[in-house]
Amino acid sequence: MPTSTQITESGPTGPGSAPEAGPQPPASNPGGTRPKAVVRPGDRIFSAATLIAGILILLILAGVALFLLAQSKDTIAAQLSDPTQITGGRGFFSYVWPLVIGTLISAAIALVVATPFALGIALFTTHMAPRRLAPMLGYVIDLLAAIPSVVYGLWGIALAGNLTGFYLWLSKWFGWIPIFAPAADGSVSQTGRTLLTASLVLSIMILPIITSLTREIFLQTPRLQEEAALALGATRWEMIRMAVLPFGRSGIVSATMLGLGRALGETMAVAMILSPGVLTASLVVSGNQTIASEIAQNFPEAAGLRLSELITVGLVLFVITLLVNMGARAIVARTSVKGS
Amino acid sequence: MSKQIDIKDLDIFYGDFRAVDGVQMQIKPRSVTAFIGPSGCGKSTVLRTLNRMHEVIPGASVSGQVLMDGNDIYGPGVDPVNVRREVGMVFQRANPFPTMSIKENVLAGVRLNNKRLSKAQADELTESALRGANLWNEVKDRLNLPGSGLSGGQQQRLCIARAIAVEPEVLLMDEPCSALDPISTLAIEDLINDLKEKYTVVIVTHNMQQAARVSDRTAFFNIAGTGKPGRLIEFNETSAIFSNPDREETENYISGRFG
Ligand SMILES: Nc1ncnc2c1ncn2[C@@H]1O[C@H](COP(=O)(O)OP(=O)(O)OP(=O)(O)O)[C@@H](O)[C@H]1O
Ligand SMILES: [Mg+2]
Repeated sequence: MPTSTQITESGPTGPGSAPEAGPQPPASNPGGTRPKAVVRPGDRIFSAATLIAGILILLILAGVALFLLAQSKDTIAAQLSDPTQITGGRGFFSYVWPLVIGTLISAAIALVVATPFALGIALFTTHMAPRRLAPMLGYVIDLLAAIPSVVYGLWGIALAGNLTGFYLWLSKWFGWIPIFAPAADGSVSQTGRTLLTASLVLSIMILPIITSLTREIFLQTPRLQEEAALALGATRWEMIRMAVLPFGRSGIVSATMLGLGRALGETMAVAMILSPGVLTASLVVSGNQTIASEIAQNFPEAAGLRLSELITVGLVLFVITLLVNMGARAIVARTSVKGS
Repeated sequence: MSKQIDIKDLDIFYGDFRAVDGVQMQIKPRSVTAFIGPSGCGKSTVLRTLNRMHEVIPGASVSGQVLMDGNDIYGPGVDPVNVRREVGMVFQRANPFPTMSIKENVLAGVRLNNKRLSKAQADELTESALRGANLWNEVKDRLNLPGSGLSGGQQQRLCIARAIAVEPEVLLMDEPCSALDPISTLAIEDLINDLKEKYTVVIVTHNMQQAARVSDRTAFFNIAGTGKPGRLIEFNETSAIFSNPDREETENYISGRFG
């Protein structure tokens, strides 16, 4: 399977060596396997270790799924016998779907806001910034990843208060778009603690992951490809478009998907910022809720069926995340750079 | 459509390291000039100063002049991007863009010049560049497949097609055949012979038979020892360099005696 790694291998040997320094043999069959008579102990230990690690990951995943499923049995039973027992009184699915929508919307907004910034910052640090500034910018971005969610939550609450004016403005001029529509009396959230605020904070929280990953990918663009573009008379931006972005395409998708995974599952910050409510299309009035935040806010007092309900909601999030990741894999497989 | 290059007092640096010292030479238009010399003597370095690709390396710098038909490409206000559009380059390892089709690869440089091409023009240009690179017959049925699906020799000719599609004044080649088999090498040598009708060609090679076969003039570079700068030792008609060099160093190198 020709993957992007091969392209990396076929690049120059190191930063110090000129790309064309010295005759090099063409890349020898990378995927080729040859029957080996001798199995070295090192190889055997290594392959055993990787196998164990792989199995362990699968076991843990299966364990989580099984646990969630087992704990959900009360909810499932209630749903089958008497759906009115479930919170909201209209069965499990009526209870969970607004949460699913809230989760997906907030994650999607976070992604849409964060990705362009992340790509821009990554490109800037790898290909544009002065050589001495670039690593510093990298550190700062990585630091963002180390800030605990609680801090983001506190910051988000502070931010929320300042956003109310902006939301009012949005609802005045863009109120005809359903997501910016004001409430019936023309007002927007007084506290600013809406799903949009939560989504914006989420976008900052996922920014570092996407940035660091895409930065690593952009750094690995084969020098030979970059030089090919430059030697044709490409400007820096044209070089990025011809060599860097195509090479990094599948990596960009994976990085975004990891960011999406984090946004879907982020609990603390959303739970702190969002004052939850029923599902509404508008993102500037209060309302809406995400799965993770619903669990966090209700878990401490939950018992019996309520507890089981929350765990079942968790199961739903687990499935969503799994689906998202599978979708991402499929996209990555389709966009991988094939060739030399 | 083909320019004369005058190199005057060219010193080339990597950071503080003086890699090449005091190069003087005049490269005639519509001719093939070969750079030969031992590894590390600065052939690639000199070549890459001719289209300002040298400065792409962090810390690299140049002092002296490189005149293309009298205009210093290192003069104030000269944009390296414009220099590179006039001076094409082919690298030691073929480097087609892996995500682009064969046709898109050929047109990549032309599209950079912001020229709007009609479909007919694009087809015509693709064909003429690929014919010019002696590749047309082999790929005409798969122009829309990725360039990375070609053999190494074909990829190298694709890179040559890409370089000549923009009709440069000068074509620089850094060991274009060093990763190729003898048949592909021969194909490219034939091609170089055709190219000099239109372009000024400068080629770096480790293969002295190749230098003797393809070039009109040959420059021999040498280095006094590691850490010392490379120098241009002798620059003359290829026939003279190989039959009757002026300098003993050249003679030793060509006959295989070093030091
Ligand atoms: N990117 C670089 N950074 C620092 N020094 C470099 C770099 N590239 C080349 N050099 C140095 O410059 C000198 C000339 O190198 P150059 O690559 O031009 O040699 P060459 O004649 O092309 O050799 P070869 O025949 O092996 O390709 C060498 O001493 C080399 O170590
Ligand atoms: Mg070289």
